[in-house]
Amino acid sequence: MRDLGGETGAVRAATAATFSWRRVSGVLLRHLYVLRRSVPRLLELAYWPTVQMVLWGFITQFFSQHSSWVASGAGVLVTAVLLWDVLFRSNLGVALSFMEEMWARNLGQIFVSPLRPIELVVGLAVMGGVRTLIAVVPAAVLAMPLFDVSVFALGLPLAAFFANLLIFGWSLGMLVSGLILRLGLGAESLAWVVIFALAPLSGVYYPIDVLPSLLQPIAYALPTAWVFEGMRAVLFGDGLPAGHLAAAVLLNALYACAAGAFFLLMVQRARERGLLLQQGE
Amino acid sequence: MPFVQPQPPTADAPAQPVTAPVIVAEGVSKHFRNVVAVDTISFEVAAGATTALLGGNGAGKTTTLSMLLGLLIPTAGRVTVLGCDMVRNRFPALAAMNFSSPYVDLPRRLTVRENLSVYARMYDLAAPGERIGELAAALDIEGLLDRTTGALSAGQKTRVVLAKSLLNRPRLLLLDEPTASLDPDTGDWVRSFLERYRAESGASILLASHNMAEVERLCDDVLMMRAGRIVDRGAPGELIRRYGRQTMEEVFLDIARSRDGDAAPVPA
Repeated sequence: MRDLGGETGAVRAATAATFSWRRVSGVLLRHLYVLRRSVPRLLELAYWPTVQMVLWGFITQFFSQHSSWVASGAGVLVTAVLLWDVLFRSNLGVALSFMEEMWARNLGQIFVSPLRPIELVVGLAVMGGVRTLIAVVPAAVLAMPLFDVSVFALGLPLAAFFANLLIFGWSLGMLVSGLILRLGLGAESLAWVVIFALAPLSGVYYPIDVLPSLLQPIAYALPTAWVFEGMRAVLFGDGLPAGHLAAAVLLNALYACAAGAFFLLMVQRARERGLLLQQGE
Repeated sequence: MPFVQPQPPTADAPAQPVTAPVIVAEGVSKHFRNVVAVDTISFEVAAGATTALLGGNGAGKTTTLSMLLGLLIPTAGRVTVLGCDMVRNRFPALAAMNFSSPYVDLPRRLTVRENLSVYARMYDLAAPGERIGELAAALDIEGLLDRTTGALSAGQKTRVVLAKSLLNRPRLLLLDEPTASLDPDTGDWVRSFLERYRAESGASILLASHNMAEVERLCDDVLMMRAGRIVDRGAPGELIRRYGRQTMEEVFLDIARSRDGDAAPVPA
């Protein structure tokens, strides 16, 4: 074989320089430009969590007069709906940002740039976090004057719940993005289907022991079940059980690694099947 | 002119002898289930040359370009670009090359400036604003920078996509039908620009085109594809003489209409 210049020292150095925050900022900037240019999108992001919060606020007011459980856990339902929206928006933030690239037929341009798939993943995850904050913070702030419920009163445990749900949302977003890359945009409803399939098992509005005994082990295999059980423990004055938090963190680490690996595998499959230039509406 | 300066060595750009071929394809095939899109092709593209990849629809040009870009993994064989294996280690090569096609969009809702800013960062440029200014002046798109990309005409869009493809001062430029759907005046402008860019930067260009006049004007070398194979190769003048024709258009028709096996695959 003839001398091609080989993988010289400079190339080996380049291979080592595998992560660039500047390239990640390109991914972020692209989606921030889209958001900045569309006020209806921004308003819609905050609209649905706010509507959900108001709905559950009134349900709480009603049940607090008829249920000792709701009455003793101040704001348990409103806090649950706000935390659920952290997971929901984080998942959608990643999946919709990825689908945006497919709708725009932009995947080809992205994958012929030196942007590494891991940088794309990090960019989408950060964007998922931004979308989550835009969606959930206004609803959380409005809940204080409207229903006298402050999720911020949870203190440090709130940060732990938020981080765990955000990361699990990223994992689900990666899973959905990988599936859509494999199956095409016809499968875009998976962004909603997957997360709603988990809702009944996550014990968002009720304790896990309400579930049939067959489903309880499945529920406890999800970090969400530990987070919402932990949330109820804090709101009912029992403090944050360390075991719950540790289980959520461990499961999250497992699912994040699995989802990241799945996404990278789907990118590899797309390169084998020639899907990266074909995707689009 | 500053916009054509070749890319200086960076942490992400492969160092390679100037004379080494920029592209080497060795026994490359691509099968999609039972369909053979590309069948055991081998070729090299010389540094500093403009090479055309020609063939009728379905000949395998886009599949070949996709494998050169690392977007598609060959079923067999090896693709080396700027000294990098495009399956195992494509990123150093991608940092030093670029791609333009009318069939791969830039986000339509972003302005031209926003799109170029995004891609400048994806190519790890330290001073994106400065580079965008240089390219905007060179490609006469300064007046378009704050317009939405989706609202541009075909000619304007072509110049914007070219600007994107020059952001990183590529040493290798892959162009898929660079003047498709352009009026003759705009097409001529793009061809003149590419001639000037190549002359001043020393970059290598590989282009797929259906415009044979463009190929005669721009290219030093032509690779002819049919049914996934490279069936002939040579300089445009040499091919015209060899086929006893007046133009590349006639040569193209001869090759495209001949039966499989009429022209033997040409070694690289």
